[in-house]
Amino acid sequence: MGASQTRTEDVFQELSDKTGFSLEQIRILHKRFRQLSGDEDTISKENLEKIQALDKNPIRNQIIEAFFDKRNQNDGEVGSSREIGFQQFVKVMCHFKPPTLKMTTEDKEAMRREKLRFLFNMHDTDNDGTITLDEYRKVVEELLSKSGAIGLEAAKAIADAAMLEVASINVPHMEPHEFYEGITFEHFEQILKGLEMESRMNIRFLDVDTSTMHCGKSQ
Amino acid sequence: MALSCHPLGSFPPRLSVCVLLIVFVAAASASHDAPQDGTHDPTNVTHKKGFPVLLFNYDHVRTPFEISLWILLALLMKLGFHVIPRVSQVVPESCLLIVVGLLVGGFIKAIGEKAPALDDTLFFLYLLPPIILDAGYFLPVRPFTENVGTILVFAVVGTLWNAFFMGGVMYGVCWLEGGPLAGVDLLSCLLFGSIVSAVDPVAVLAVFEEIHINELLHILVFGESLLNDAVTVVLYHLFKEFSAVGTVTVLDGVLAVVCFFVVSLGGLLVGAIYGVLGAFTSRFTSHTRVIEPLFVFLYSYMAYLSAEVFHLSGIMSLIACGVTMRPYVEANVSHKSYTTIKYFLKMWSSVSETLIFIFLGVSTVAGPHAWNWTFVVVTVVLCLVSRVMGVIGLTYVINKFRIVKLTKKDQFIVAYGGLRGAIAYSLGFLLPDHPMKTLFLTAIITVVFFTVFVQGMTIRPLVELLAVKKKKETRRSINEEIHTQFLDHLLTGIEGVCGHYGHHHWKDKLNRFNKTYVKRWLIAGERSMEPQLISFYNKMEMRQAMMMVESGSSAKLPGLISMQNIQPKVESRGRTIPKISKGREEEIRRILRSNLQQTKQRLRSYSRHDLFADPFEDMNENLSEMRFRKQRVEMERRMSHYLTVPANRQETPPVRRVRFESDDQESSRESSGVRARNVGPNSSPADAISVLEESPPLRPNRRSDGGARRSAEHGAQATDDDDDAEEEKGEPQTQARRVSDPGPN
Repeated sequence: MGASQTRTEDVFQELSDKTGFSLEQIRILHKRFRQLSGDEDTISKENLEKIQALDKNPIRNQIIEAFFDKRNQNDGEVGSSREIGFQQFVKVMCHFKPPTLKMTTEDKEAMRREKLRFLFNMHDTDNDGTITLDEYRKVVEELLSKSGAIGLEAAKAIADAAMLEVASINVPHMEPHEFYEGITFEHFEQILKGLEMESRMNIRFLDVDTSTMHCGKSQ
Repeated sequence: MALSCHPLGSFPPRLSVCVLLIVFVAAASASHDAPQDGTHDPTNVTHKKGFPVLLFNYDHVRTPFEISLWILLALLMKLGFHVIPRVSQVVPESCLLIVVGLLVGGFIKAIGEKAPALDDTLFFLYLLPPIILDAGYFLPVRPFTENVGTILVFAVVGTLWNAFFMGGVMYGVCWLEGGPLAGVDLLSCLLFGSIVSAVDPVAVLAVFEEIHINELLHILVFGESLLNDAVTVVLYHLFKEFSAVGTVTVLDGVLAVVCFFVVSLGGLLVGAIYGVLGAFTSRFTSHTRVIEPLFVFLYSYMAYLSAEVFHLSGIMSLIACGVTMRPYVEANVSHKSYTTIKYFLKMWSSVSETLIFIFLGVSTVAGPHAWNWTFVVVTVVLCLVSRVMGVIGLTYVINKFRIVKLTKKDQFIVAYGGLRGAIAYSLGFLLPDHPMKTLFLTAIITVVFFTVFVQGMTIRPLVELLAVKKKKETRRSINEEIHTQFLDHLLTGIEGVCGHYGHHHWKDKLNRFNKTYVKRWLIAGERSMEPQLISFYNKMEMRQAMMMVESGSSAKLPGLISMQNIQPKVESRGRTIPKISKGREEEIRRILRSNLQQTKQRLRSYSRHDLFADPFEDMNENLSEMRFRKQRVEMERRMSHYLTVPANRQETPPVRRVRFESDDQESSRESSGVRARNVGPNSSPADAISVLEESPPLRPNRRSDGGARRSAEHGAQATDDDDDAEEEKGEPQTQARRVSDPGPN
C-alpha cells in the first residue's frame, strides 16, 4: 500500500519536474485521467469520445485525435497511437500552459512555436509537413459544421481566400505557372504572428502556480 | 504661442485662423450688449416711418448663434493644430485645446465680459454622452471581456483606495498645517478625495488615442475609466450628503455598499434593456433605411438619461446599451447606415471633446480661485503616489489570478495613464456652496492640468523609451479569424477534457445561447443564421471590393497570386472556342461595359428621402433579386471570360484578370477556374457539360455567400445584353440549381 503510493508520488514528482506543472496540478490531472479511463492505466479514443462536454464542439474529432497523435509527444515518431498513458496525456496538456513572468523573450518564442506546432499538427492530417488546400478546406468545414446548414461552398470559398492570403504574404511574387504546394510550418508561423499564441492558447489549470517552465523538451 | 511664428509660406491659413478667432470672440462678447435696433411692434404706428429695408435683430437668434460660434471656434482651432506640423506631434491635442481655452478666457476677461463656465448640465447632459457612446459602441468586446476581472478590480478597489487614501492624508495634512486649512473636516476631505480619484475617460481617450499602445493596456486603462463611474457616483453622493450632515454611521456605510451594487447593476440593466429594444427595432427598418442611425443614437441617449433619472450610473448604462446593441444592429442595418453611425459618433465625440477642453481652459480663467500652496501641491503629489501604490498593490493580487501576468512595464503604463479630466472638474463645480469649494476647485483644476499636460505630453516618449508593445496596425486577416475561432473551440474542448468549467466553457455556452435564441429575435431574415466566420468573410470581401473600386479597377493588383497558384494543376480538356480577333474583343468588352454603366444610371422615382439604389447598398436584399442579379452578372462575366482567355492558357497581364471594376479576385479566381474544375470531389453537377458550362462550379458556389454581396455592386439592375440571350435560356435551371444555396447562409 504505502510502497505503491510513494512510487506514484515519485512518478508524479518526476513528471512535475519534467513538464513544469506543479505537484498539485499533476495530482488533479491524474484524478481526471483515472475518471476518464475508468480506472485503467490507459485511455483510448472511446474514452474521450464519451465526454459530454465535447458533444457540441465542432472540432471534436480533431481534438481527440490530437491526444493520440504521436507527433505531439515530441519523441520524433509519427502516426497515431491507439491508447495513451498518463505521461502522454500530461505532455499534451503541457501545450496549454501559460507563460510565466520569469520567461525571457526567447523562451516565449519557443513556447509560441511549440503551441503553433500543436495547431499545425492538428491541421496537417496526412503528416507531410504542409497543410494543403484540401486539408485547410476540411478545417474550415469542420469549424462551420456545427453552425447549421452552411453548405460546403462557403467553407471552400473561405478556405480558398485564406490560402490565397497565406500565399500572398509568404510568397508574394509567384509566376502564374508556379504552384503553391501548401502551408509549411514557417509560413504558418508567419501568418499567425499577430495572434501571439503564447498569450492566447492557454487554459487555466486548477492551482495556478507554475514554477518551472520546461515542457518535456529540454531547452 | 506657436501660431504666429511660422515661416512665411504657410502664413495665410494661420493668419486667417487668428483673424477669425478674434472676430468671433469679439462678436460673441459684443453680442452681449447689442442694442435692439429693430422695430418690434409694427402695430404701434403712431406716425409713418419709412419701410425698414434692413434690420438688426440679434436677440432673436442669440442662443443658437452663440452656440454655433463656439463650436465653430473649437473646430477651427482643431483644424489649425493640424496645419502646424511639428507641434501636434509633440503636444497632445488636449493640451493645445486647453491652452486655446485659456487664451480665449483671458481675452474675454480682458474685454470685461463674463466668460461662460463649464456648466454642469451642459457637460453631463450634452457634452459627455457622445464621447461615452462612441467609446462604448466601438468597445473591443473580446479584450474587454477577457480582462474584465482585472478592469473591475482596478476600477472599484483602485478608486476606493485612491479616494480614501487621498481623503485621509489630506485631512492629516490640513490638520497639521492649520491656518486657512484648519476648517477642513474629514468628510470634506473624503469628498474631495472621491472627486479627484477617478480616472477620466475623456482625458484617457484623448491621450491614448494618439499613442497607439497595445490593446491590452489600452483596454485596461480605458475600461477602468469607464467602470469607475459607478464608484464615483456612489462615493460622491455619499460624502456630499454626509458632508452636509457632518457624521456618517456604519449603517450608512452598509447602505452605501448596497447603493453601489444598485447603481452599477442597475445602470447595466437599463442599458441592456435599451440595447435590446434598439436591436429589436432595427430588425424592422429595412424599408426606412434613412432613419436607422437615429434609432441607435436615440435609444442610447435615452438609456443614459433614464439612468440619470434614478441616479444610476449613466456611463455604464450607455456602455451596456452600445455593446448590447451593436452586433445585432450591425447585422440588420445597411452598409450606408453603418457608415453613418460610425461617422456621426466619431464626429460628435470629437466635437464634444474639443469643446470640453476649451471650456476647461475658459473656466480656469473665469472661475473664482483660492490658491493654497500646501493643499494644491500635496494634492498633486498624492494623486501620483496613491495611484502608483494602488496599481502596484492591486497587480500583485491580480497576477495571482491572471493567466497572462502583467509585467512591470504594463503596471507603469497603467499607473501613469491614470489621467484626471473634466468629470472631476464638473463634479467639483456641482458641489453645493461649501466653504472650501473654491479651494477644492483650484486644486482639482491643478491636478487636471498636471495630468493632462505633464503626463499627457510625456507618456508618448516614455512609451517609446520603454519599448512598450504598440497596437498592431493591420486589419485582421481571414486566417487570424479562422484560427481565433478554432482556438476558441479547441480551448473549450481541452477544458472539457480536463473536466473543469473554465471561462471558455461559459463563453461557449453564452455564444450558443446567443445563436439559438437571441439572434433569432433580433436579427432580420436569414442573417440570423449566419455564423460569425461567414459574416467576417463577407465583410472582408466587401471591403476589398470597395477598395478596388476606389483605387481604380486595373490600377494595381494586390500581389500576383491568384487561385491558379493554389489549385493543383490538372490538364484540362481541349476547348472549342472560336478565337476572336483583338478588335472584336475590344468591341464586345465595350458593349458589356457600357451596358453596365447604363443600368447604373437608371434612376427610380426621385424622393428627397430616398437613398439612391447603390451597388454597395443592401446586404439584406431580397433573395430572388439577388439570384437574378447573380445570373445576369455571371452571364456577362462568362462572356468576356470566354472571349479573352483562349484554351487553357492564362495570358499573363494581370490587367486582363481584372475586367470589371471591383472584381479582382473574382475574375482572377474564375479565370483559373477552368483548371480547377476537374479538381475536388465536391464540384457541382459535372453532368450538364457544354462549352459554356465549363465555367467552374467554383464560382457560383463561392458566390453563394461572398458573391451575393459582391455581385450587388455590378450595376445593380438588369443588364440587357442581347448577346447573352441564347446562353441564358439553357442556363437558368442549372444556375438556379447551383445557386440553390441561399445567399446568406
